[in-house]
Amino acid sequence: MLATNSERLEQIVQHRVSLFVPCFVDQLVPEVAVDTVKILRRVGYQVDFPEAQTCCGQPAFNTGYWDDARPCAEMFLRVFKHADVVVCPSGSCTTMVRSFYPELLSSSPLRADAIALGRRTFELSEFLVKLAGVTDVGATFPHTVTYHASCHGLRELQLRDQPLQLLRKVNGLTLIEMSRFDECCGFGGTFAAKFESISVAMGDSKAETVAATGAEFVTAIDSSCLLHLQGILGKRNAPARTIHLASILAQEKT
Amino acid sequence: MSATAAQRFLQDAAVKSADLVHREIILHGLESYDAAVLRGRARFKDWEAARRRCQEIKWEAVNHLDRYLLQFEERVIAHGGHVFWAANGEEACNYIKNLASRQGVRTVVKSKSMVTEEIHLSPALEKAGIKVWETDLGEFIVQLRNEPPYHIVTPAMHLNRGQISELFREKLGEDIHGDDPTELVAAARRKLRRAFFAAEMGISGANFLVADSGLIALSTNEGNGRLCTSVPRIHVAVTGIEKVIPRLEDLAYLWPVLATSGTGQPITTYSTLIGGPRKPGEPDGPDEFHVVLLDNGRSKLLADAEQREVLHCIRCGACLNICPVFRHIGGHSYGTTYQGPIGSVLTPHLRGISDFQHLSYASSLCGACTSVCPVKIDLHHHLLHNRRNAARAGTTKLSERIMFRVWRYIILHPRIYALTGWLARRTLRLLYGLGLAGSIVDPMRVWNRRRSAVPLPSESFRTRWRKGLATN
Ligand code: SF4
Repeated sequence: MLATNSERLEQIVQHRVSLFVPCFVDQLVPEVAVDTVKILRRVGYQVDFPEAQTCCGQPAFNTGYWDDARPCAEMFLRVFKHADVVVCPSGSCTTMVRSFYPELLSSSPLRADAIALGRRTFELSEFLVKLAGVTDVGATFPHTVTYHASCHGLRELQLRDQPLQLLRKVNGLTLIEMSRFDECCGFGGTFAAKFESISVAMGDSKAETVAATGAEFVTAIDSSCLLHLQGILGKRNAPARTIHLASILAQEKT
Repeated sequence: MSATAAQRFLQDAAVKSADLVHREIILHGLESYDAAVLRGRARFKDWEAARRRCQEIKWEAVNHLDRYLLQFEERVIAHGGHVFWAANGEEACNYIKNLASRQGVRTVVKSKSMVTEEIHLSPALEKAGIKVWETDLGEFIVQLRNEPPYHIVTPAMHLNRGQISELFREKLGEDIHGDDPTELVAAARRKLRRAFFAAEMGISGANFLVADSGLIALSTNEGNGRLCTSVPRIHVAVTGIEKVIPRLEDLAYLWPVLATSGTGQPITTYSTLIGGPRKPGEPDGPDEFHVVLLDNGRSKLLADAEQREVLHCIRCGACLNICPVFRHIGGHSYGTTYQGPIGSVLTPHLRGISDFQHLSYASSLCGACTSVCPVKIDLHHHLLHNRRNAARAGTTKLSERIMFRVWRYIILHPRIYALTGWLARRTLRLLYGLGLAGSIVDPMRVWNRRRSAVPLPSESFRTRWRKGLATN
């Protein structure tokens, strides 16, 4: 799903991106979006936030309610119709737009728009590394950090290295690999509520692998995983804390 | 009934996922499996190409199932075998029961077959007064425990050697000291050897049915499969119609890929091709050879273009092994013949969407299963499709349907969305300020009960954007 060279060139020349802020980031962890804006500006992009955006429709889609998700997708397409490039600090919501909209809208007149928008929508680390061509965003974070590969980013968008490339360039940061870093943390949207005990057990296992690294922070590209994991770590009074990749990259030397 | 299967699942899953001893055994077993599979895949020059080839073979077979099945039948009959087409489990069981009683069968030896589990063949035969011996070691163990297989490939994965040793002491009356695997195997072998020679009928499954040559292909590791299919007078192979493959040479791909995904082996210890009863002059083999081709819901799945590829499954077990849900709740919690991701996809088709739709939701949709499936079945997306089908069929909870309708209204109205968000955060902050997070009055209690409370900032991002962030 790489942009063509000419597309890429055009975007870089324009240096303008539209921000897609997932609903739970907007409502529960706004600092992640604030940090995203900071980073994008720091690497030289103008950021626009179309205020008519709400939610991409993923909760309904993943629970099977495609008829309820569809109008949300259609609204999303209208809101971002004129955006050149859309950047989102979530692999999961980027997946919704890029991988699932075409299927959700398979018999809608908007299907072609969905495919086109999917090609212009990027998860933050993907955007920085693949499109903007930067790995060093000038961040400083003198802490030990371990990285959890969120499922949608890893397996739907094939984002394996981009977040790590960015982390490796952060001043003062020590990256410690955790075992089974690519095993699901147990969030899974409505799964976390419908199957509380399974979700919590999976979170517990993840918390253990985090603890085994001894790192101060666990990071990921998705706030949803991190909210779940923070809940688990908090309940266990574990020393490690969660932090979104954007919030690490936004830190500057004080 | 629907409530019962789902409720039982919830209960069993909750118990198992909190059982740390269980988790330890499973993780320990799977750690060596993971390492073996990594080594196994590395033996291929191009593992991805091998997967794609296997996918193509199965695609071709499944999309021309009618042709290949008829060809297979014709060849089997030409070899002197019999073919019975069973529409469902009952027909299959009755055929085998009648055959057994016609032939005066008292004892049956079975090699591993999940299809016979699916149709509950052993209980049906036992009810007719026939003694059934499971001869695969893992199956033998779970049979002694009166349990269904825990896993489609490794039925006794949930037990450690100590537990097995104890079981053998108790059930076999064997004087076993310690848990030396050689000694345990020897004890089972002593018992089973007698059964092999007493049995008049051997029952096996089939990993593949080779259409162009009328052979059944078996992959086994213990040699019991060969004994079951050659020592008794009658051999019955029970198998699903989706197991057919076009050509003998397809096994050059499928055999190693199956073994690698299943256990990490280059090929299973025994790879057997069986082509009918003993012919004059041949030293061994049964007098009679029967193949029971089972539909049991498969043709309905075949008719579903979107999910047809679920029939590609070669039952390697890789999707179970990698599945974090399986790793935490174990095989028995599913309450199905086929566990793990493939079971969650398949069971609603085989046993009814309303009774088993909960399994399609019991996944975080992480996609680990899809990433390992050797025939590239898009497993987690099929779970998603099952969910969509359930919602469409109206079998989901009314409260949930209403909730999503309201949610949709909110999402489609940005002002109402912003207001609702603000109100909800404010209310919850008040509530949590009183220490009521996770309590009965907390609308987020399923989230907050066993996790610390979600953060509730006073301002949303959109507010902060308006308040000054917007100026570039
Ligand atoms: S679905 Fe794929 S991975 Fe799972 S058992 Fe079948 S073939 Fe193996």
